[in-house]
Amino acid sequence: MAEIAESGGGGKKKGGKKAKKLSTRVDLTPMVDLGFLLITFFMFTTTMAKPKTMQINMPDNDKTITDEERNKVKNSTALTILLSKEHRLYHYEGIGDDPTNPPEVNVTYFRPNDGIRDVIIDKKKKVEDLKRTGGLTADDQMTVLIKPDDDCTYDDVVSILDEMNINDVKVYAIVDISEVDKEFIQKTEAANQ
Amino acid sequence: MPKVKIPRKSTHIDMTAMCDVAFLLLTFFMLATKFKPDEPVVVKTPSSISEIPMPDTDVMLITLDEKGRIFFSIDNKNLRKELVQSVNTANNLGLTESEIHSFAIGASIGTPLNQLKAYLAAAPEVRTEYDKTTSGIPADTAAITRDNELSQWIDNARHLSGNKLRVCIKADADAVYPDYRKVIRTLENLKIFKFNLITNLKAVPPGTAAHEKQMAGLSK
Repeated sequence: MAEIAESGGGGKKKGGKKAKKLSTRVDLTPMVDLGFLLITFFMFTTTMAKPKTMQINMPDNDKTITDEERNKVKNSTALTILLSKEHRLYHYEGIGDDPTNPPEVNVTYFRPNDGIRDVIIDKKKKVEDLKRTGGLTADDQMTVLIKPDDDCTYDDVVSILDEMNINDVKVYAIVDISEVDKEFIQKTEAANQ
Repeated sequence: MPKVKIPRKSTHIDMTAMCDVAFLLLTFFMLATKFKPDEPVVVKTPSSISEIPMPDTDVMLITLDEKGRIFFSIDNKNLRKELVQSVNTANNLGLTESEIHSFAIGASIGTPLNQLKAYLAAAPEVRTEYDKTTSGIPADTAAITRDNELSQWIDNARHLSGNKLRVCIKADADAVYPDYRKVIRTLENLKIFKFNLITNLKAVPPGTAAHEKQMAGLSK
């Protein structure tokens, strides 16, 4: 480059000045600025992690299934969880279908210790014990009935379904809440006040 | 005391390395990026341990915000066009060609059918404002009726796609259960029993059955 510049300089100053050696260094600061500006833009607009999904299979609401088949759930294997307001969970053993002998309803919450998880694990153990002692056949499985009431949130529903996955409960169902269950909630609430 | 001469150093730093890093990161973000689809409402999804990723294509997305408003969307632009045309003829909405186009390229729709024409004719800014106050798509727990417009949208979309669409529900954590039940019942009435709930990923709590499974899977 330098040579070309020299020859281009013409013949006026023969053997005179040396052409000034230009530095090949470019100031990269603006380029870096621009680079970081674009990085910031992409960082803010990007969605890195794809949302995860939870797959749900609802039972067929086909009317040909008789009530008898639906009510195959045994009292000894069942655990009913009622979801209510302020993330409260009311739970009792069995399906609560015997009006003369109402089940003992307890309140718990979603929490790491002493919450609904321990209730599920306890129940699971009980069912396993019953299987071993012959109270239940090997085909029987713990069944959780989830009954959300009108005051609970979607978060509660997802959390309880997640709890089923966490504790490896194979059989569970979301069922509409009955008037009896609503009474249970009211009674328990009154007793705890 | 003799003065110590401090050699004067140039304040210029070689920017080449920094520039390299900047552009390397830039390239990464440009390739890894996927723009957030514009959504009419902000939805705070709950968390679960489920790791199934959301499918890329053929998604029917039903959004439920915390006030219980329902929005509906499908990802395929051609299908969107077919869908709005079929809804148009079924309900005699009298949409113009440009309004149909505006639906096809638009985002989630959350307007009752009788306001759809006005909504699609409006400017984008007006629509954004409208989305803040809309009542959402009317839905009901009852069987397929004309009033259950959500059911119409879903049914039409499914038929046009040849039952290929996967139903995803993106609901807000604070949405109340009766609103969620509306969506579920509508799906059940249409004989859709399999669907995905969109959640955030959370860690599996240690000491549980799922944790043991995960550990067993890792050690294999």
